[in-house]
Amino acid sequence: MNSEYLISIIVSTVVAATPLIYAALGELVVERAGVLNLGVEGMMLVGAVTAFVIGSTSGNLFLAYVSAALAATLLSLLFAFLTLTLQTNQVATGLALTLFGLGLSAFAGRNFAGLPITGLKPLVIPLLSNLPLLGPLFRFDPLVYGSLILFWAVHRFLHRTHAGLKLRAVGESPSVAHAVGQPVIRIRYLAVMFGGATSGIAGAYLSTALTPMWVEGMSAGRGWIALALVVFASWRPWRVLAGAYIFGAVWIGQLHAQAFGIPVPSQFLSSLPYLATVVVLVLISRNKRLTMMNTPASLGQPFVPDR
Amino acid sequence: MKKLLIALMTTTAALSLAATAEAQEKLKACWVYTGPIGDFGYSYQHDQGRLQVEKELGDKVETAYLENVSEGPDADRAFERLAREGCKIIFGTSFGFMDPEVKIAKKFPKVMFEHATGFKTGDNLGIYNARFYEGRYVLGQIAAKESKKGLAGYIVSFPIPEVVMGINSFILGAQSVNPDFKVKIVWVNSWFDPGKEADAAKALFDQGADIIVQHTDSTAALQVAEERKLHGFGQSSDMIKFAPNAQLTSLTDEWGPYYISRVQAALDGTWKPDNVWLGIKDGAVKLAPYTNMPDDVKAMAEATEKKIAGGWNPFTGPIAKQDGTAWLKDGEVADDGTLLGMNFYVKGVDDKIPGR
Repeated sequence: MNSEYLISIIVSTVVAATPLIYAALGELVVERAGVLNLGVEGMMLVGAVTAFVIGSTSGNLFLAYVSAALAATLLSLLFAFLTLTLQTNQVATGLALTLFGLGLSAFAGRNFAGLPITGLKPLVIPLLSNLPLLGPLFRFDPLVYGSLILFWAVHRFLHRTHAGLKLRAVGESPSVAHAVGQPVIRIRYLAVMFGGATSGIAGAYLSTALTPMWVEGMSAGRGWIALALVVFASWRPWRVLAGAYIFGAVWIGQLHAQAFGIPVPSQFLSSLPYLATVVVLVLISRNKRLTMMNTPASLGQPFVPDR
Repeated sequence: MKKLLIALMTTTAALSLAATAEAQEKLKACWVYTGPIGDFGYSYQHDQGRLQVEKELGDKVETAYLENVSEGPDADRAFERLAREGCKIIFGTSFGFMDPEVKIAKKFPKVMFEHATGFKTGDNLGIYNARFYEGRYVLGQIAAKESKKGLAGYIVSFPIPEVVMGINSFILGAQSVNPDFKVKIVWVNSWFDPGKEADAAKALFDQGADIIVQHTDSTAALQVAEERKLHGFGQSSDMIKFAPNAQLTSLTDEWGPYYISRVQAALDGTWKPDNVWLGIKDGAVKLAPYTNMPDDVKAMAEATEKKIAGGWNPFTGPIAKQDGTAWLKDGEVADDGTLLGMNFYVKGVDDKIPGR
């Protein structure tokens, strides 16, 4: 195996992992605030269709991403209103949001299926992209670099800022946070909206970068993978990042293994990315005390502020 | 509460009775698709057939369809629902609907059932299929001419006879032009997952293939070919819009004429379960316009297409199985039964069928 080939595998891996990173980091912030939003898949699809519709009619991909984030945020607001204001069950509402997003996106995009679109262009970093061998690593599209910035920002925010501490406190014990005067519901609203925006961007990445097209159900379960990543990464940003890349690497690796003609049943290879990600993340989260500390204690529980 | 329920039930019953009375003279024809009709692939083509029925038979029929029906227990419910809703003829369009359809057909003996690409029939269950392998032979020949490296990447869904038959026919076509032609195969275990199909195409190109063939339904793989300035073949519908410089041709299917004839037979009361396998000569299998290739390759493809339309079968001996044992003697033609249950590779395929 030559090194050029290895680089091409790395490039495919990073691209495959990017939508997962956006969706999972957003959901991580949501869950850290104590809210479980199972509607990631639905929000991704709404983001995907919005980005495609706006991108193909206006030709402006920046606008496409902004509107995708906005549309998915709107959908997440619906979720927030139902679960935070009306106190509905978060699991049921999240599942409903996924189904709603699936149907809504299919309806909104019915006239756009089967149309081509010019996909996202790579952002070529001067000098570095001309390096022999390593050059391709500096020719990713802007969203790939953006995912790393987002990771850094989420990590800093949660663990190094006052606001992040408040958010975590709300997820840990909303009644205590409320008692010391924190606006629990408002913080949760903002967290849910952030999760909506990143899911929208993740979806937009699918329909304008990874596979520039719109077809209903095109996320094919990636929203659920992002959700699982957050849990198995025990709510730590860097583990989410690692998990997404492991998943991407095994996902791409199994396709290469098949093309090499490795005599392992393809059904088994197809299940490997899921298996490997779970095993690795469970191994790195095996310290029970640390995991307990990171699990938002009020996850999924409604909170009614007493007056 | 109980009273309310009873009242509700009587009203719905009355309503549905009224609906049946009104629709009595119209024949209701229904379709079940495994994918979304907006996939611009397999399910889309079947739905085009349905629309042709509506257009051709107009007031005499009423059509309905269910899309995105997963293969398995869900399908049972889909067919049962349609049968209960008054569909007189129901077309199931995916291989995985076979057992559900057999089951529901027994339950509703007065409803006419048709199943695409399967092999089980019944008193009120007919089967129909298209000889896609005929087109795949032509694709193989084009690939062998156009590939500079003599290596094609082949993205496939599930190891069912239909798919295995396609791979065999493709390699027979390719090796009729270049005996050293090789194909690398990746199973994605899905009919429709654009992201995974794109990733599979990237993997195959990274490993040196310069032409991509697919037996999955999205345009993703062709778009990767377009991006890398390489070539590939579309599937189910003409995908030239997505890959104007990459698509050589596309293997498409046209179900309209068949659907019209069957619904007409149902109207006339002459419908009987049959077992048809339509090919290039019936117009059910079509190759999209040949593009991005030199004239001599185009001429060769057209000649082969003509030869197949004239009755020649790509599975004509001598053909050996993958392990070298003889399968067809010189001049011997494979019978349809063997093809429809095909679970072995012919010589030249460098892969193992998953699960065997």
